[in-house]
Amino acid sequence: MNLPDAEALCTDLARKLRAGVTDSTGLVGIRTGGAWLAERLHRELRLATPLGSLDISFYRDDFDAVGLRRQVKPSQIPFDVNDRHIVVVDDVLYTGRTVRAAMNELFDYGRPGKVELAALIDRGERQLPIAAQYIGATLPVPAGKLLRLVRDDSGKFTLHLSDAKPAA
Amino acid sequence: MRNPQLNGDGSLQHLLTIEGLPREVLLHILETAASFMGVTEREVKKVPVLRGKSVFNLFFEASTRTRTTFEIAAKRLSADVINLNIAVSSSSKGETLLDTVDNLSAMHADMFVVRHSSSGAAHLIASHVATHVHVINAGDGRHAHPTQGLLDVYTIRHYKKEFSGLSVAIVGDVLHSRVARSLIHALTTLGTPDVRVIGPRTLLPSGVEELGVSVHHDMRGGLAGCDVVVMLRLQNERMKGPLLPSAQEFFKSYGLTPSKLALAKPDAIVMHPGPMNRGVEIDSSVADGPRSVILPQVTFGIAVRMAVMSILAGN
Repeated sequence: MNLPDAEALCTDLARKLRAGVTDSTGLVGIRTGGAWLAERLHRELRLATPLGSLDISFYRDDFDAVGLRRQVKPSQIPFDVNDRHIVVVDDVLYTGRTVRAAMNELFDYGRPGKVELAALIDRGERQLPIAAQYIGATLPVPAGKLLRLVRDDSGKFTLHLSDAKPAA
Repeated sequence: MRNPQLNGDGSLQHLLTIEGLPREVLLHILETAASFMGVTEREVKKVPVLRGKSVFNLFFEASTRTRTTFEIAAKRLSADVINLNIAVSSSSKGETLLDTVDNLSAMHADMFVVRHSSSGAAHLIASHVATHVHVINAGDGRHAHPTQGLLDVYTIRHYKKEFSGLSVAIVGDVLHSRVARSLIHALTTLGTPDVRVIGPRTLLPSGVEELGVSVHHDMRGGLAGCDVVVMLRLQNERMKGPLLPSAQEFFKSYGLTPSKLALAKPDAIVMHPGPMNRGVEIDSSVADGPRSVILPQVTFGIAVRMAVMSILAGN
């Protein structure tokens, strides 16, 4: 299938976000793809609040099945989340389970004033009542396929489609 | 023979000893521990990894620090923790170790943290429990204390970054020290080129060189130019017969004083697994001095134990 140009989508997403953010907005990327995307958006929007990132490994609802195989990186929220407007950023929005885990982790840092969601791609098929306020594009992807953002050495984004590995 | 700690796919099922564990497994634990360090600085100092799981602390031997840090670690992972001080309970009524474990398993234990004065006690329990149950050795006799070894290498890595150029001196009662054994295995597995043990002949196990360490009986030669000094506790309770003339005599030769520490590199760190015998193996001015990282070791120990528990629970 034809995949859209990730760089163009990113520019578009930054444009959409610009209307909704202020200097005090905290951007929080979900590792790994979402964190790359948030880094780019943070730079393009020139936000004053430092960038945050979350590693949701300890909050996954399938921990019993998949365990801690992947290398976990520390989550970093370098600002006070209490009463703040926060935009959670992920590369691909799918079942919503990752976003649920990210929100649970975020609330362990405090009580945000408002949380919104930005994603480069919304591939539909939600399993939880979660919606994104800022979306680059909507793209139906067959079940069993893994769609993810790839960043090359020069920092350029592309989308990559592969067969999803069954849970180990 | 298959390593009894590892599953068929090479993932960690139990943590019994560092000996024989692949480097990648140790690094995975250290990396995971690093990501837990931030949890303690948040408003909610918990993650839900072990929610609904029961961790039983089985301490057949006295311990304050290790038991407490395991308890804190399990609680920060949202587990239910049950502390059993077996020294004053079932075993004193005659129940066997495995009967105790069977009874606790019937209470739906998911993880056992075991300390026992007999080497191999944790192995015995691990070979006995159901496959979904995980066992962590929190010290067995003179054999191993793997989470202490891991928190020691975590501490060294925190301050020194790489193991590749390091000289580490381990000083004192190596003979009775499961801490020393676990640390030596961890250091050599992680590629530390120069590991030294320093102590009187009577307190160094014969054949300790086979673990890949150099042996010194004199602090002057042993401490020269080293990056890390690990002082061990003089284990009076494990000594049978006269291995030492006196504690004062020991301090004179092997106690870490400012002048002996001056032999090490100027930026050398000083570690001790605790509990310390001030004035026996370490001088107070060193223990409380700027190069001591003895209290950070305790803090790192919580993150390391969280890492071990969460990795085991997921395997």
